[in-house]
Amino acid sequence: MDFRLIQHFNPFFTVVKQNRNMAKALEKNSNITISENGIEQPVSNKRLEVLKTYKIYIGGQFPRTESGRYYVATNSKGEQLANVCLSSRKDFRDAVVAARSAFKGWAARAAFNRGQILYRIAEMLEGRKAQFIEELISQDVSKAQAQKEVLTSIDRLIWYAGWCDKFQQIFGTVNPVASSHFNFSVPEPTGVVAAIAPQDTSLLGLVSVIAPIIAGGNTCIVLASESKPLCSITFAEVINSSDVPGGVVNILTGRVSELATQFASHMDVNAVVYCGEDANVQKDLQTKGATNVKRVIVHKNINWFGEQGQSPYFILDTEEIKTTWHPIESIGGGGGGY
Amino acid sequence: MPVKTKKAAAKKEVSSSQNSKSMAVPKLKFNTGWEYAPAPESASHIKLKDRYDLFINGKFVKPSSGKYFETINPATEQRLSEVAEANAADVDKAVKAARNASDRYWKKMPAKERAKYIYRISRMIQERAREFAVIETLDGGKTIRESRDIDVPLAANHFFYYAGWADKLEYAFPNRNPQPLGVAGQIIPWNFPLLMAAWKIAPALATGNTVVLKPAETTPLTALKLAEIIQESGLPEGVVNIITGFGETGAMMVNHPGVDKIAFTGSTEVGKIIQRAVAGTDKKLTLELGGKAANIIFDDAPLDQAVEGIINGIYFNQGHVCCAGSRLFVQESVYNTVLRKLKDRIKTLIVGDPLDKNTDIGAINSRSQLDIINKYIEIGKKEGAEFFQSGCNLPNKGFFCRPILFTNVAQSNRIAQEEIFGPVLAIQTFRTDEEVIEKANNTPYGLSAGVWTDKGSKIFNLTTKMRAGVVWANTYNKFDPTSPFGGYKESGYGREGGLHGLSAYTTL
Amino acid sequence: MNVVKERIVIPDFRLSPRVDQVGQEERTSRFTKRSIKKETKVEGLKLALSMIDLTTLEGKDTEGKVKQLCYKARHLHDSYEGLPTVAAVCVYPSMVRTAKKSVGDSGIKIASVATAFPSGQASTEVKIEDTKFAVDNGADEVDMVISRGKFLAGDYNFVFDEIAAIKEASGDARLKVILETGELVTLDKVRRASDIAMYAGADFIKTSTGKIQPAATMPVTLTMLEAIRDFYYNTGKMIGMKPAGGISKAKVALHYLVMLHETLGEAWMTNQWFRFGASSLANDVLMQLVKEKTGLYQSADYFSID
Repeated sequence: MDFRLIQHFNPFFTVVKQNRNMAKALEKNSNITISENGIEQPVSNKRLEVLKTYKIYIGGQFPRTESGRYYVATNSKGEQLANVCLSSRKDFRDAVVAARSAFKGWAARAAFNRGQILYRIAEMLEGRKAQFIEELISQDVSKAQAQKEVLTSIDRLIWYAGWCDKFQQIFGTVNPVASSHFNFSVPEPTGVVAAIAPQDTSLLGLVSVIAPIIAGGNTCIVLASESKPLCSITFAEVINSSDVPGGVVNILTGRVSELATQFASHMDVNAVVYCGEDANVQKDLQTKGATNVKRVIVHKNINWFGEQGQSPYFILDTEEIKTTWHPIESIGGGGGGY
Repeated sequence: MPVKTKKAAAKKEVSSSQNSKSMAVPKLKFNTGWEYAPAPESASHIKLKDRYDLFINGKFVKPSSGKYFETINPATEQRLSEVAEANAADVDKAVKAARNASDRYWKKMPAKERAKYIYRISRMIQERAREFAVIETLDGGKTIRESRDIDVPLAANHFFYYAGWADKLEYAFPNRNPQPLGVAGQIIPWNFPLLMAAWKIAPALATGNTVVLKPAETTPLTALKLAEIIQESGLPEGVVNIITGFGETGAMMVNHPGVDKIAFTGSTEVGKIIQRAVAGTDKKLTLELGGKAANIIFDDAPLDQAVEGIINGIYFNQGHVCCAGSRLFVQESVYNTVLRKLKDRIKTLIVGDPLDKNTDIGAINSRSQLDIINKYIEIGKKEGAEFFQSGCNLPNKGFFCRPILFTNVAQSNRIAQEEIFGPVLAIQTFRTDEEVIEKANNTPYGLSAGVWTDKGSKIFNLTTKMRAGVVWANTYNKFDPTSPFGGYKESGYGREGGLHGLSAYTTL
Repeated sequence: MNVVKERIVIPDFRLSPRVDQVGQEERTSRFTKRSIKKETKVEGLKLALSMIDLTTLEGKDTEGKVKQLCYKARHLHDSYEGLPTVAAVCVYPSMVRTAKKSVGDSGIKIASVATAFPSGQASTEVKIEDTKFAVDNGADEVDMVISRGKFLAGDYNFVFDEIAAIKEASGDARLKVILETGELVTLDKVRRASDIAMYAGADFIKTSTGKIQPAATMPVTLTMLEAIRDFYYNTGKMIGMKPAGGISKAKVALHYLVMLHETLGEAWMTNQWFRFGASSLANDVLMQLVKEKTGLYQSADYFSID
């Protein structure tokens, strides 16, 4: 009699074949023993961990993919890390609906309020540093590098929190037109942005893409790194506990090859951001994006750890500029004009 | 009486129904009937020490002279605490501490880490908001409603806003790499003690400077509580120093050779003294001084909202506001209606214990200020202006003044020219746009102005022509950390708030 | 206090005063900052109770429903002594006779909606008939709706004449004119409609039918109170105010009373000149009154629902 016992460890899977000897021991001692890394331990000493189910994040909720499909996230050794949702176009469709419905409220908030919320995300992430470092390590990042990645992500959020109520003062202008009009230009959020996060990092790339988009008042749907998806969902939990209204950030896990084309062709998405170097993906996004004249933003070869990983121009990428005119009548004494 | 249909159709006349004077209609009564029971804000949770020392180099240290002076609650004349009197030796110590901190570490610290200290300060003020609001009210006499809803949140937000600039200065000024000036000596007034401290400290720190701050002698407490937060935040020693004292302490700081930059908010008179004092030195100076703002109502203004704006303009913070709308100009065609509405509104204002949540107008900050206000009331009466005040009761202790209107005022009256700094409104009429623009600008001051009209192009005509640093259209007394504030002419120079507020503290 | 002037000049409604929305919202927010405690609160709560028009306006209303509502109107919470009754019950015209009988000699008024409530989309003849039917059956007060479509199309004469006609048809009953402010949308329009209603003969102006959102809000009510104030100063005539719909909490009702008190003053602080159009407000006010008396927070289970 061979039993197959599947035990779950931290987060590695170990398949243990209970052999005949062990079966005998079972009958004799009525005490099941299991092998952990080759060392037998009595079950009664071991506290079983509750493993996380990685779902996706849409509209402030954590549903599973409506397709029911999954793919297995593995580390570089091929070891399985978790079953992760293989999101479908319908998930993306639902996420766009959530993002569109959240857009009006998010864009209408005071810039200062958005800044406070981004700062709160940083506070929450700081509090969960250890969890993220551990998750990064499991995805083949060295401890030192994992620490650097998490701390850089937190600092980046704070950096963008500070921009929320300042980029308008840099990119907005009052224009001295020749006619008697008050004329001013202001940046306004473009709307719903679909973004493909960088592949190489599990956390930093994702944060670097989300922060400028929402700092500018947009809402977004982000496709996490395909090979390193775990931190994206844990980060969704951070966002969810930071006073960010549901639908402002939506996070999907899945295949770029399947979803990029959906991101590009959806008629209710205003802009697409692609972080990667695949020329075919870029062409596809730009071609399909033309159906509703999407703004397509491509970030190639960015070192997200360096200075080039953050910029107020990333906020400007997803802003429109609105210029307003209003007459100035001219009665009475001197000086001044706009 | 119901109007019959057919006759109504025939009789419809176009008329301004505002000035029909056929029969006097009984006035509305506001001070009777349903009276609001006292609703005092709880003060039991606040922590106030019996005595405060000077905050120098990260610690509270005794004053060299050993001298302290009292600070009282102007609503009750009761002693609240005593604070140290800093002399020349203390000023020197503080400036040296600031210099040391600047040279040894503050200038060199990566900007994003500097930012984090300032963010901490902001968040800590938010955590202790109610305590700050109560102490601000006790110390200065302003109503709890205002300190809770306006002063404290704005102060916390000011720190939050400027924290965000600390590591972004390279974007603020094209083609410039802004550097800190060094040590900033800052003197603030008693009308918005905590808020003025925030307006001074936040941009200075964000741009890499260190600070010696002297709060006003009648309102030192919230600055000292802020010192406690500064300690808690871990801000390195000497980066912010807070020294209490009288005018002399401020003068010593202004004259100290170790100070690179002076920022002063207060009266025009003292501002001129300071400008002379730093003449010939390389010290940078910004001044935010007095004002005598014109608040202008045109006949097409939304009148009820305009009246509310006038009330807020002059009675907010008991009129102790440099940008107060103390000169009201009403277009003559709507004068009677506006006056009637103003009087009805004044009757609903409650003067009383600042700690009561229902009080609209709190205590005057000090006996000397009350004397000044009363002096101007006498001057106004002597000049022949007509005087109106509400009939509300005043507490029998403390320094209080009812909200007052003077009508039949001319531009040549002293009460239309000199800053009173109290709840006294001088009302003049005008006829044309040209006339009111001329009269509004006809003053040595130029801090602020207000315009009330429904017509867009008229708004911009007025705003472009007002010679004032802040112009409010269809609103008044609105402040935001992102919005620059400061004066023209004798109301001072330099701007606080917004991107423009950075340049006062950097080399450009 | 009602010293009506001899000659009332009807203004050109196209030139009605402008209202600044942002300013209005700031003023109303100040009213909500008033802290109403202790005896002020108890007085206010009792006053609010006495100002309620207890309402049932449903397609499924029956005689039985109306009888039970009227019983509640007369016996709000018998275990608490010294409570006032509500001001009125408000029902459809078909229910007026039943309601009139059920309130007996309690002094509670019968208010009837009329004029093709809530839409107002019917001929003037039908609306007059509707009103007469209600009044003939015993209604003390008539709550009519204005023709919003005509108003928004700029036909102010039509709106004016219709109100005047309904006022005539109401006879001795006091006429409340519902502006349906949620459909007028801006405060400028609310002011204009208020002026038309008052000059045409309204005894009360009322915000809403309660059938659409938004119903009564503080900025809208303040705008109408200010219209009433200007009308009073211009003509000497007092007009009543009724915010309806959306006021279900005692705390909010107290904010409205503060607003009333500081805008129009003492004379309006009675149910002769101010009403709340509400159904669930009464129980929340009762809960607050019992809490003030006992010091304990209450549960809805202890207050009858009828």
